[in-house]
Amino acid sequence: MMSKQSGQPGRTQVGGPVRISIRSDSDIVVARGKGRQLAADLGFQSTESILIATVISELARNIVRYAKAGDIILEVAVNGAASGIVVTARDDGPGIWNVEQALQVGYSTSGGLGLGLPGVRRLMDEFEIVSKAGEGTIVKTTKWKR
Amino acid sequence: MEVPILKQQHFLIATVQAALTDEDLLKLRDALVTRVGKARSRGVIVDVTALDVMDSFASRTLRDLAHMIRLRGAETVIVGIQPEVAFAMVQMGLNLEGVATALDLEEGLAYLDHRVKLTDFGDRSRRR
Repeated sequence: MMSKQSGQPGRTQVGGPVRISIRSDSDIVVARGKGRQLAADLGFQSTESILIATVISELARNIVRYAKAGDIILEVAVNGAASGIVVTARDDGPGIWNVEQALQVGYSTSGGLGLGLPGVRRLMDEFEIVSKAGEGTIVKTTKWKR
Repeated sequence: MEVPILKQQHFLIATVQAALTDEDLLKLRDALVTRVGKARSRGVIVDVTALDVMDSFASRTLRDLAHMIRLRGAETVIVGIQPEVAFAMVQMGLNLEGVATALDLEEGLAYLDHRVKLTDFGDRSRRR
């Protein structure tokens, strides 16, 4: 099942992407630390940098828990005068059977809180998920600087 | 990164000093649940001032920790949640429902003192 939400055409991204390989608990900490740093470097307020770090933490944990291994990719986003950060989580794991369900608060197959994806969607300005059972998952999210 | 646990009179104080992995958080939970009995402690303070990210896993683990400590007959208070962290938690829809929180260590100690006095009934068989 595929689902696409929001998205903005005509956007260009500058700055080399930072790729963090996610295979274990400690990679989650590394990824969110790098995300927080990049957000701060881009001029995000500390409240928003921490918000972005929290989002990265949730996405990276989903990789470790469901797919065992994958990547978090951090990129700078530019759209006219606006700049922001793009956080992409990519894995070749089992995929999400029912994306709509996974986006509902309270849904979880791992005994977790089920707050990961709905929380991420709420926090970020743009949220896009492509997942196919058996073929992995890509979650791409963007936060624009205010 | 292991979280040091100090015993101060009848309380245990765990001070988080750096970012914690999921495994570190679970270890902290298990260590406190065990130590509270060994030390015959009446209360536990978890100081999270140094935590910059409180995600769903951390929230759930701290909540579980507090509930387990309560089942062991002691009280838990989480202290030092930073304003940015509180903001992110609310935005994410995360909470520490049923868990006592306080501004800082001092307030946390005052809270535990108060709670312990309330639940102290004269000739308790617990000694320390």
